[in-house]
Amino acid sequence: MELFVLGLNHKTAPIEVRERLTFQESELEKALLRIHSLPSLKENMILSTCNRVEIYAAAGETEKALQDLKDFLSQHHHLSLREFEKSLYFLVGEEAVRHIFRVASSLDSMVVGEPQILGQIKSAYTLATESKTSGLILHRLLHRAFHVAKRVRTETKISNSAVSVSSVAVELAERIFGNLGTRVIFLIGAGEMCELAARHLVAEGAGNILVTNRTFDRAVMLAQEFNGEAIRFEEMALGLKRADIVISATDSPQYLVRHDQISKVMKERKQKPIFFIDIADPRDVEPGVGDIENVYLYNIDDLQKVANENIKDREKEAQKAEAIVENEVVKYANWYQSLEVTPTIAALKKKCDGIRKRELEKMLSLHPHLPEKERHSLEALTSAIVNKILHDPLTRIKQNDEEGMTVVYIDALRTLFHLPDQTGEECKEED
Amino acid sequence: MNIYFFKLASLFYLLGTLFYSVYILFLKDALSKLAAVIVTIGFASHTLAFLTRYVEAGYPPVTNLHESLSFFAWMIVGVLLAANLKYKIKVLGAFLTSIALILMLFAFALPKEIVPLAPVLKSFWHPFHVAFAFLGNAIFTLAFCCGVMYLIQEHQLKSKKLGALARRLPSLKVLDDLNYQALTLGFPLLTLGIITGSVWAEYAWGRYWGWDPKETWSLITWFLYAAMLHQRLTVGWRGRKAAIMAIVGFFSVLFTFLGVNLLLPGLHAYSNW
Repeated sequence: MELFVLGLNHKTAPIEVRERLTFQESELEKALLRIHSLPSLKENMILSTCNRVEIYAAAGETEKALQDLKDFLSQHHHLSLREFEKSLYFLVGEEAVRHIFRVASSLDSMVVGEPQILGQIKSAYTLATESKTSGLILHRLLHRAFHVAKRVRTETKISNSAVSVSSVAVELAERIFGNLGTRVIFLIGAGEMCELAARHLVAEGAGNILVTNRTFDRAVMLAQEFNGEAIRFEEMALGLKRADIVISATDSPQYLVRHDQISKVMKERKQKPIFFIDIADPRDVEPGVGDIENVYLYNIDDLQKVANENIKDREKEAQKAEAIVENEVVKYANWYQSLEVTPTIAALKKKCDGIRKRELEKMLSLHPHLPEKERHSLEALTSAIVNKILHDPLTRIKQNDEEGMTVVYIDALRTLFHLPDQTGEECKEED
Repeated sequence: MNIYFFKLASLFYLLGTLFYSVYILFLKDALSKLAAVIVTIGFASHTLAFLTRYVEAGYPPVTNLHESLSFFAWMIVGVLLAANLKYKIKVLGAFLTSIALILMLFAFALPKEIVPLAPVLKSFWHPFHVAFAFLGNAIFTLAFCCGVMYLIQEHQLKSKKLGALARRLPSLKVLDDLNYQALTLGFPLLTLGIITGSVWAEYAWGRYWGWDPKETWSLITWFLYAAMLHQRLTVGWRGRKAAIMAIVGFFSVLFTFLGVNLLLPGLHAYSNW
């Protein structure tokens, strides 16, 4: 049985092709089951995100399975094969393992290091497990992939730095205020931009929300959504006095927050630090405000600049991550090879015979005067017992593998009898 | 015996400084934990050095420059260990341990022999004076480190960089809070140090205050910290101003302790080295 992946991603296919091959969440389960009904495929899992559509599968004959899957994709999406065949990649065995390890560690992502992909793989796997279309091979593969992703996350700094504008804003706020827990956020403007930015900060734990807007009703509406408080536009100074973080995104053509005003506010605040995030274009906050002591001002370009620098850092960390992936691919390959029938049988026989011999020797050393003939009988008897016990299971795993169960049995044997793989290393499962 | 423990403590502080530095480079939590353990062992050894010297000398060993430097370093590491219990600021260890190490090396270069106690130092009050003053100084050293870190972090944020440096330092809020805490603890200790010192002066020289350089400078230091506390509470001198004040205050502390002994003649400069 061989493991493989068939798919396309943002590197191989333009968005027009990707979006036509994407599986809707509602149709995923049906698609899994339809692939499962193809006789050439033993296990399968579909990973469908906006940047990639991939089918991870195990099959006895990969060439046949590949053809079946291509036909399935073409039928399912009502596309002729010609339209997307060029964008497809087909990776078998070790290559497929490397691929999913890289995908799970977010090395294959559009933005390297963005963590969402791992969650998407987890739900794809959960769905495949629930639909019973995944088996031992994918099960082990995915658990290893999660393990690799965790190693990459903890051993490299690939996801440390913020690379999106909103995560940069959160990180800056944390550099200034430490814990965001009880911080007051003041939104100037009740538009979508403000709302999004505020949601991000609230998700990180920020506390109270104040909203002001030229049309007061909009401010009240948005404030209600956050369980916050609306402030009249003319009374903006009240908000500035109370806020820790000010997010401004109005379409006002002139500055709304001015240097003189903030100088005064800072005295009233007894110099309590304040962080302005000006995401408006044209800007809402006069640039000179950022020169005032204990005032921190970032506009959208500043945030973008920080984000871009962080992306460069990530690329360096990505090289370390690749090394981890390689290391894990080797480990996985060792386990996978151990699923061969012949070495498993040999290992099992060796282990049982070893036990038999040791026990026999122990017994014989207690009875040194036992005649030669009896010794021979004991030898024959114990051998016969071991062989009889092993006979049925071994016959079963040597049988033709119609249902793809052999690997399951072999893995069970290896686990239950504690048989080492080629490297002598236990390939333990970790989540 | 005491010198043996003293050397051992210095060695551990050196190792601690190294491990903290490597931690700052690679940000591996295990390294900072290891460094903390090493520094704790160094502190234990330093404590033994103090106790054995006390026994060998028969009086509290805080009477010459070697002993005071060592005592100051001991207090600084003690403050670090206490701060570690409450705050999770790992880089602080790198700052304070290296300062302690420098003091230890300085102390190591000075005459270390135990000499009969000068009569003027035979006082119930003298050890208290020294303990309060140096514990206060150690806490001001912590405030100084926070001030330096604050200025670096603030500069990073104002110049819109969020690089490796910013990520290694605590948030401005934590640094400012710690600075303030240090001030509220250090100031009363300094005050107590000056009061007990003046009581001791009454026994030793028959007057509470004599405007000798040490006394004058400790008063200047006291006024600096008093001003800092006052400004903070009334007009909110926090952040950058507080950080700068903590740094200025620390230099005043250093000058009072070392500069006066080295440069200005006076009653406190009794140790001839």
